[in-house]
Amino acid sequence: MVAISVDPPETNREHCRKQGYTYPFLSDPKAEVIRRYDLLDSAVGPGGTDIARPAEFLIDAAGTVRWMNLTESIAVRARPDQVPKAVADFGLASTPRR
Amino acid sequence: MKRRWNMAVWAGFLVVLAAFLTYVPVFARFPATRDFPWANLLMFGAGLALLTLGLRRAYREPLSYRGKVSGPILLSLGVVALALFCFVTFYLARQLPPSTSAPRVGQKAPDFTLSDQDGNSVTLSELLQPAAGGSGGANGALLIFYRGYW
Repeated sequence: MVAISVDPPETNREHCRKQGYTYPFLSDPKAEVIRRYDLLDSAVGPGGTDIARPAEFLIDAAGTVRWMNLTESIAVRARPDQVPKAVADFGLASTPRR
Repeated sequence: MKRRWNMAVWAGFLVVLAAFLTYVPVFARFPATRDFPWANLLMFGAGLALLTLGLRRAYREPLSYRGKVSGPILLSLGVVALALFCFVTFYLARQLPPSTSAPRVGQKAPDFTLSDQDGNSVTLSELLQPAAGGSGGANGALLIFYRGYW
């Protein structure tokens, strides 16, 4: 499991420390990967910056998307119980990296 | 006769204020009250009902109750707060790009390398490899894109 946003590593380190998250939080400050996944929400961040729209992808070992979720509202995200169900459906082990 | 303080007007306004202010810090934390803000809408309903009750009192029994000035002002503010809340949750929050070329189920996820919170480079294709030395290890990855600016 990895989280991706435009936040710099320092922000992510602080956030992980505060929230106790141990999985990787990746920084995409120029939104290059966010653009490659066509998830750019233009000029809606603080000061008109580009940020990612919320989205979740389950990728199998071959690099193929097995499940994805694009929300219609920023207030509505994939629920944790939807994700393990998708993991179980495709027989993927949900092993933490660290 | 001294006119009584119009409790319903002020209590109603406080409930409306709470309905407006509690979504983000409280109710958005729980999926059941986040995906559709029914708890906040109920509070708006209760608050506006109290405000209306207080306003009716103020006009029907002006000799017993205060609130002929504060009532209409607070009720209008309450209606504006509800309109603003609905505008943000049902319109602004849904202004998302179409993302028509986002990878769909069955398609290859584009590979990438990004820095994690400790400054280490993380590559998707490497994440998908079974962990070296481990018996099982990761045989898949869940990517969670989020808005950031925490």
